[in-house]
Amino acid sequence: MNKILLIIKREYLSRVKKKSFLITTLLIPLLTSGLISTVIYFASTTEQKQLISVYDESGVFTQKIKGNSSFQIQYVNLGLDEKIDTVLSRTNADIFLHIYPFKNNQPDSFILYKNGGVSLIAKEYINDELTNIFQVKQMQDAGINKLQIDSIHKSTILVKSYNLDNHQETSSEIASVIGYVMGFLIYIIIFIYGAGVMRGVMEEKTNRIAEVIISSVRPFELMMGKIIGIAFVGLTQFSLWFILLLLFKVALPLFIPSLQPAMPMAMAGMANVHDTMQVISQSENAKMYATIMGQNWGLIIGCFLFYFLGGYFLYAAMFAAVGSLVNEDPQEAQQLTLPITMPIIFGFIIMASTVKDPNSSLALFGSMFPLTSPIVMLARIPYDVPTWQIIVSMALLVLGFLLMTWLSAKIYRTGILMYGKKVTWKEVIKWLKYH
Amino acid sequence: MLQLLHLKKYYATQKAVDDISFTVPQGSIFGLLGPNGAGKSSILRMVTGITMPDEGQILFNQVPFNMVKHSGLIGYMPEERGLYKKMKIGEQVLYLAQLKGLSKQDALAKIKYWFQKLEMESWWNKKVEDLSKGMSQKLQFVTTVLHQPKLLILDEPFSGLDPVNSEVIKNEIFELAKQGTTIIFSTHRMEQVEEICQHIVLINQGKIILEGQVPEIKQRFKLGEYKLVVDGNLEPFTKFIHSNNGNEFVLRFEDKKEYRQVLQYCLDHQFDILNFNEILPSLHEIFIQEVEGTAGRKFDR
Repeated sequence: MNKILLIIKREYLSRVKKKSFLITTLLIPLLTSGLISTVIYFASTTEQKQLISVYDESGVFTQKIKGNSSFQIQYVNLGLDEKIDTVLSRTNADIFLHIYPFKNNQPDSFILYKNGGVSLIAKEYINDELTNIFQVKQMQDAGINKLQIDSIHKSTILVKSYNLDNHQETSSEIASVIGYVMGFLIYIIIFIYGAGVMRGVMEEKTNRIAEVIISSVRPFELMMGKIIGIAFVGLTQFSLWFILLLLFKVALPLFIPSLQPAMPMAMAGMANVHDTMQVISQSENAKMYATIMGQNWGLIIGCFLFYFLGGYFLYAAMFAAVGSLVNEDPQEAQQLTLPITMPIIFGFIIMASTVKDPNSSLALFGSMFPLTSPIVMLARIPYDVPTWQIIVSMALLVLGFLLMTWLSAKIYRTGILMYGKKVTWKEVIKWLKYH
Repeated sequence: MLQLLHLKKYYATQKAVDDISFTVPQGSIFGLLGPNGAGKSSILRMVTGITMPDEGQILFNQVPFNMVKHSGLIGYMPEERGLYKKMKIGEQVLYLAQLKGLSKQDALAKIKYWFQKLEMESWWNKKVEDLSKGMSQKLQFVTTVLHQPKLLILDEPFSGLDPVNSEVIKNEIFELAKQGTTIIFSTHRMEQVEEICQHIVLINQGKIILEGQVPEIKQRFKLGEYKLVVDGNLEPFTKFIHSNNGNEFVLRFEDKKEYRQVLQYCLDHQFDILNFNEILPSLHEIFIQEVEGTAGRKFDR
């Protein structure tokens, strides 16, 4: 027991004392905040408007297309024999829209011209505008008056959701963002620290120090010492980030007050949840803060720590086993890690669909199966998962971790002493049968 | 000190160690010899508890070997040397000593002693990657003996060392042996064995092919050859002459009567006898002879 503590201490200190640890620990929050600031900067600076010249031969759309923050509309005429090429320069426009005359009262052709390709945004914008105008025209033709049309446009339905357990209004959008961020964090952690374990094992094997050390301690102690030591490195790094994040949150508004309201928006945007953005309007910011604060953060953070450690230990044992199989050739390591990276990526894919439908059977399976549960369950937690499911999932994860560590230790103790020969999976399976 | 009883270790395709038994006497320098791939390292790994034998038993001081109990009494320097390249040397030696069960103070005192003795004091804050190959060999030796093992196992301890450092390490080995440390010395370099070992076991293909005290083995394999350097003519004895180079003759006799005849002849003719001695085979020659004869060697060819 004393020896495993020595190993944990060495693994921990040798990593934490490195300059690169300090640099990444400081640099990652800086880069992240830099990235967020950049997104905010570009989101808040309005780009120069693009001018669209419209030549409307149908007469249906004249003076009806509205401009917006990105596009300005002007109506032009095409001179006799004037070529389209010259219209843009003559009217100083960026884009030229040619609306052809209607045939039999039905729209015929609409064509956008631009020097060097029309952007998707411009095309969608024009398409939407024209469709709207044409729909209004059709409704008017059918005898519906303008007032009625306006009222049709204004009528939207907003669905709210309540959680019967605590009688609070729930926000699926916020939950999906939190779930996504949590699942993503675990995914990253498993990759970064798992690969760290693998590199450590490879280093010991290729340096041949493993043989010296396991003449003093059992291979299992060496493997677990390394895994636990690196877990502490991870926890240290996360605590430091948490502290930095708090400092950042406190310090940032002091320097740039205008950024404050934009922050959550940008963060939501970074998580890439488009639906969320459309629903949450600027005016609902306060409500959103309340919802975020109203989340069961004790449960979320508790589960995060549990699944972080569980998922990390499960995968770290596998990474250690793979590390022990590698012979100095990094390419070999890449091939051998494939069976490990597959379930992680699989878990990530399930997680992406889980945030949309947290109670689907795929999400349920993913949050129970130990190889994917650390990623998937965290994405479900903000949606209030039944307690029994959390308990079963945690128990399965612990069982999976014990089983995987037992198997990995068998591979590890043989692999770490096997030099020079490229190992096949068939042989590895044989090692599992050694007593 | 150490007894190996019918030790067997099989790998998928071969018998790495096939029913090997021998005893290493307390305080001896014991040579474990054999060509590459003979099974030396497999035996040493079992003796150090790194791997378990498939069959057989290892007794350490008359009790079954137990790695947890005995690892602190053993010092093992594997053939494939290993140290953390990026770790500071002082911290590394301290760490390895603590893994062997030494307390921090005890370890520090011993490190100081050895570093002074082998002129390594300036190394404490260096990293292994800054050392030359010979220097890291020396360091590896120190890490192996630091905890004063009762049984010291050295697998090819001189490979990569220059003559000066070889001599330093060799003297340390002798000194440790004098203090009562039992030393198992594994190698395929026979000239070192002759110089250092008292007792040897020669293995090939996982089996023992020769075992015993070094002088006794030499007697066993001698061919009855003598070297005679004489200022004269040995014409009457051409049947004994095996080879000759000027006045240096290698003679082969069936029994002692014959060489007395020759010597008497020389004395009678008043030849100057400059040198006369028995030629004992070197361990190298015995090794080659014994290993060449075995099936594995023929297969290799």
